[in-house]
Amino acid sequence: MKPAKKLPAQHAIGVKGEPGQEITLTLSGRLALDNLSALQAELQSRLEQLRPAGLTVDLAGLEYLDSAGALALIQLQGESQARAIPCRLLNLSEEARRILDLIDPETLTRPPLIPEERVTGFMDQLGEASIRFASDLVQVITFLGDLLTSLWYVLLHPRSVRWGDVLFYMKRAGVDGLPIIGLIGLLLGLILAFMSSLQLKQFGANIYVASLLAVAMVQELGPIMTAILVAGRSGSAFAAEIGTMKVNEEVDALVTMGFDPVRFLAIPKVLASMLVVPLLTVYATLFGLLGGLIIGVLGLDLTVYSYVTESQRAIELFDILSSLVKSVVFALLVAGIGCQRGFQVRGGAEAVGSATTSAVVAGIFLIIVTDSAFALVLHYIR
Amino acid sequence: MDKIPVIEVENLTARFGDDTIFAGVSFQVFKGEILVILGGSGCGKTTLLKHLIGLYRPPTGRILINGVDVNSRSAKKLRKLRMDFGVLFQSGALFGSMTLAENVALPLQEYTDLSPAAIGSVVKMKLGLVSLAGYENHLPEEISGGMQKRAGLARAMALDPTVLFFDEPSAGLDPITSVELDNLIKAINAGMGTTMVIVTHELQSIFNIAHRVVMLDKSAKGIIAMGDPKDLKEHSPDLRVTSFFNRQPLEAKEVSA
Ligand SMILES: Nc1ncnc2c1ncn2[C@@H]1O[C@H](COP(=O)(O)OP(=O)(O)O)[C@@H](O)[C@H]1O
Ligand SMILES: [Mg+2]
Repeated sequence: MKPAKKLPAQHAIGVKGEPGQEITLTLSGRLALDNLSALQAELQSRLEQLRPAGLTVDLAGLEYLDSAGALALIQLQGESQARAIPCRLLNLSEEARRILDLIDPETLTRPPLIPEERVTGFMDQLGEASIRFASDLVQVITFLGDLLTSLWYVLLHPRSVRWGDVLFYMKRAGVDGLPIIGLIGLLLGLILAFMSSLQLKQFGANIYVASLLAVAMVQELGPIMTAILVAGRSGSAFAAEIGTMKVNEEVDALVTMGFDPVRFLAIPKVLASMLVVPLLTVYATLFGLLGGLIIGVLGLDLTVYSYVTESQRAIELFDILSSLVKSVVFALLVAGIGCQRGFQVRGGAEAVGSATTSAVVAGIFLIIVTDSAFALVLHYIR
Repeated sequence: MDKIPVIEVENLTARFGDDTIFAGVSFQVFKGEILVILGGSGCGKTTLLKHLIGLYRPPTGRILINGVDVNSRSAKKLRKLRMDFGVLFQSGALFGSMTLAENVALPLQEYTDLSPAAIGSVVKMKLGLVSLAGYENHLPEEISGGMQKRAGLARAMALDPTVLFFDEPSAGLDPITSVELDNLIKAINAGMGTTMVIVTHELQSIFNIAHRVVMLDKSAKGIIAMGDPKDLKEHSPDLRVTSFFNRQPLEAKEVSA
């Protein structure tokens, strides 16, 4: 073997013969992945310059060949074949032959299979997304229908409910959520009261901080904020739990044992949420009002008494009741969509992940949409 | 063996969207026999099984278990039917939040009016049958994979069904554990006369337990062979069948022939 000239890890190409005649290329040194592109380019250009009548590749000086080097050799053979030049490899070592045999030249030129659905253009994607959205909507509505039917059944047959599970989920969704919901309610009240007090102070209308906060917390922020937190804490958990059961075939097992998966898995979660979310809403609202009270008393020199009476004057019983009704509906939607996303899971762990995300996103979306509807309806009822 | 058909499959087709998985599948399973459904990965064994137990509704075809259509619309018939068969899923499918005893008790609570004490004693007996005596209060995550499958089997057998379905009972088990499970399956079949339909591609299991096999093929989209596995191994004229039983990939066989 020849000692390498400049770099040891290099290949060298020698040419014997005249252009247009029989040509012998001597390939020596190292034919490997790191010099593949140089090698391919050189071989290609030699082939084009020399236009040989016949090609012999002498590999006597070969020191190292990996699959990439072998690829270059096979491509050279392919190129020659395409130009109707007979090409043969000479002095091929046994090891090199084995590597060459592993590569099937036919696989290099096989056109890629066309995957089933490939959506490329913007319009196509838009269409695809719309269709998906529409069919998703249909599924959600179907599921909610199922859920309401089951809830109706449960109302008539309260003994069919797994009350142990309901209690468990009430603790999970409700009791365990108290600290974070209280904290966020308080902070929201503080911030809202502080920001509005900055504005109202200019007009000497300090006392209106109380009514502003009471109206905002009771009518909108209390129910919405609680529902969003429940979507994040519990909607996602429901989706993950049911999704994992789906993946583990536990849902299939339930069906074959004759249980209705909606009644068995979804109803306890939805019922628990519907029972516990109104309470959480009251709790969050009280903490929000407490935040306002703190700002009013410490920052605006209001007395506790005047703050509380002003708040009371701003809120009517109707507001409190409608806010409770709203929170029950939110609970139904958030827990329902969580379960629906769980039941939708097909495949593996990754599908559970996206179901969880989707449960939260769709839950929040539904909350906002429903809240707008409530705003309209309540405006006219009042 | 007395040939009373327990399961009758007639001209069954399975489709996912536009994909036809198989078409025109017909066979019968007779009382007391162990029928193995076999074939390469992805040929639709699980899909067939899920059709048999009524989880998927076929576009065409009919499946009767003990004379009842598994896709019957009558809730009463379905309820009766579901007491008649049990399923051991590939993963065991035990409910993770319940102890083994609660898992096994679930079908008993749903379908019987037994007192909790009576249910408790039945549960203990079933767990004993699958050599899990004493594990009543364990959660599924606290026991090994082989034990989970046995617990799943105990749950499937809770109501003494006449038919048991198994999806890949030996998947994910070491060879010894899987032979133990096979022997348990054989013992239950022999002892209680339960008809069994088992999906698997483990050759060793097939020769150990199968009375008869039904072989599916992905490209044929249907059944390519039916009968005694030893017979098929020796005498099948179909190259796909013999190459499966002799553990030889089809291409290699063609090249050497
Ligand atoms: N829920 C499903 N939706 C769409 N295709 C599926 C579904 N389940 C299985 N398939 C497809 O059906 C074929 C057969 O699957 P399966 O019955 O699980 O095969 P096997 O159990 O024999 O390995 C596979 O190609 C699989 O991709
Ligand atoms: Mg399978």
